[in-house]
Amino acid sequence: MFTYSLLAGLLFGLYFSLIGLGLNLVFGVMRIVNLAHGDFLMLGAFLAFWLFSLFAINPVPAVVIAFVGFAIAGVPIYYLLVPRLLRAKDPEMLSFILFFGLAQVIEAVTTIAFGTSERSIPGNQLGQAIATVESLFTGHAVEGGPVEIFGQTFPASWVASGIASGCAVLLVYVYLYQTRLGYLTRAVMDNREEAVAAGIDVHRVSAIAFGIGLGLAAVAGVFAPFMLGSITPAMGAEITITAFAVIVIGSLGNPLGTVLGGVIYGVGYMLMQSYFSSWANLLPYVLLIAILLVRPSGLLGRRVRRA
Amino acid sequence: MPKIARDLLLILLPVIAAFAVLPAIYSNHLLLFNFIIAMTLAQGLNIIYGFTGYLPFGYVGFFGAGAYGFSLAVIHLHAPPLVALAAGAAAAVAFALLLTPLFRLSGAYFSIANLAAALAMLQVVSNPNLESITKGPYGISLNGVFNPTFAYGTALATLAATLGLVIYLRYSHFGMALRAIREDPISAGMAGINVVRERIIAWLLSALVAGLAGGVFAWYVSVFYPETVFSVEFTIFSIVFVLFGGSATVLGPILGVIVLYGIYNAVGISTPQYFQLIYGALIMGLVLFLPNGLISLLQRRGIDVP
Repeated sequence: MFTYSLLAGLLFGLYFSLIGLGLNLVFGVMRIVNLAHGDFLMLGAFLAFWLFSLFAINPVPAVVIAFVGFAIAGVPIYYLLVPRLLRAKDPEMLSFILFFGLAQVIEAVTTIAFGTSERSIPGNQLGQAIATVESLFTGHAVEGGPVEIFGQTFPASWVASGIASGCAVLLVYVYLYQTRLGYLTRAVMDNREEAVAAGIDVHRVSAIAFGIGLGLAAVAGVFAPFMLGSITPAMGAEITITAFAVIVIGSLGNPLGTVLGGVIYGVGYMLMQSYFSSWANLLPYVLLIAILLVRPSGLLGRRVRRA
Repeated sequence: MPKIARDLLLILLPVIAAFAVLPAIYSNHLLLFNFIIAMTLAQGLNIIYGFTGYLPFGYVGFFGAGAYGFSLAVIHLHAPPLVALAAGAAAAVAFALLLTPLFRLSGAYFSIANLAAALAMLQVVSNPNLESITKGPYGISLNGVFNPTFAYGTALATLAATLGLVIYLRYSHFGMALRAIREDPISAGMAGINVVRERIIAWLLSALVAGLAGGVFAWYVSVFYPETVFSVEFTIFSIVFVLFGGSATVLGPILGVIVLYGIYNAVGISTPQYFQLIYGALIMGLVLFLPNGLISLLQRRGIDVP
């Protein structure tokens, strides 16, 4: 039971890292709080559901569609909302309220369009995708179904989501640390004014980071039906809180910290589920408050935090 | 005439008189009661947000604590309503005291941590393991204390006290100190203001108002679920009312409640998602174009609005 919780926690931890990653990127670059993060994730989940039920598109290609679509949509949203905010006296607090309003709008529009009923995608859809990939590598047909790791069996969809989340984290790492755009992005993260002074087109860099942030939320949303259960328009708020818990445990603005935060959160959650299941829902809130109070800069954070 | 007397006479008195007279003319007393609660909560949030700049996203936690403090005192101790109300207020203030370390956080972190605290409170109260104490997720049903007229009167008294408090804050040294802290805590400290103490007093007063509102709400409705009194909607509504009218004013939140809660009840109650849409869009529009509320339109023209 302990090994099971630990491994399941690791898989979920990778997924939780993915949930937090987009939020952290947006905060790190723009110092604004995207309180609608969970709602963008919810929209991604609905997109995956919609692609699957109308066109029978498997969740794996849906990941690509969701990322590209949301990343492109993010750019005009950025230019519409953020530059005006950054000119205000207290952008962080105002952004908090503004994106809270946006979250309400998204949830309301989705409710009007889809109703409040719960929706889900069969878990074996993702399992089959894994089996196909596996058979490509091994050369012989592999049956889709539960996957065994260290003698513990897990639903294939959990393993697939965990692996995909790991890949997404790696790609973000490559983007930030191996490309020129990432170099500029980190410059803006470090000090916005100096980045402007150095001639960096801050708004362009920020808009792309914002788009990538939304794209990552949508990708996490595609896996939500498998990891978080059935999807509803009202699911966003709770996910935003979870994402916050994850990135605060790690540290704000640090993508590596988000992975650590996600894994700690995932393992903690699974251990709670196994041993004190009725109190497991309390975990994100208590963890969030405790970490904020004990180490406001997060586990990997520097001592100074400008917030 | 000093300004404080003018405001008491021209704002507090008419509002309270209107709510005292209306039940005789208008038969939907529950609606009137909800207006009183909405106005009390909006002014309570105004105390902490308007005067100190801290936006508590978990403000409803104090309302819920008040409602549960009241109900548990009635159920387990068979307390008479007014004693139970004091217990509810005490529960809210105790919860606020427990959360004072959150003031080490600033801005959005404070808001998020406060929201997490309110949700944690909901999880605890509605946990099935605590059914013998809090009735868990099955909700509270009070009998023996039901007295709508008395409860309505108490709610009105709470509103009067809250309005009086906000008027006092507007013109007293204490309120001035709070606004100084909001603008620049370091300079305020240099000027001899005890930043930590003043801020915590405002925080506890704000929680006290919400606790009283929650207690009297529990008393009036008598039957409710944990999700009813810990619904984040109470916070959302209060924030929107305050932002719409204008924070740190007396009239702003009153205006916000009358206009927005009025429209909500006239049109929106049957299709909540349309109202969620309008509220969300309204919040966005206010932040982008009118961050200081309707009142600021007058203030910009040099008209002093209380």
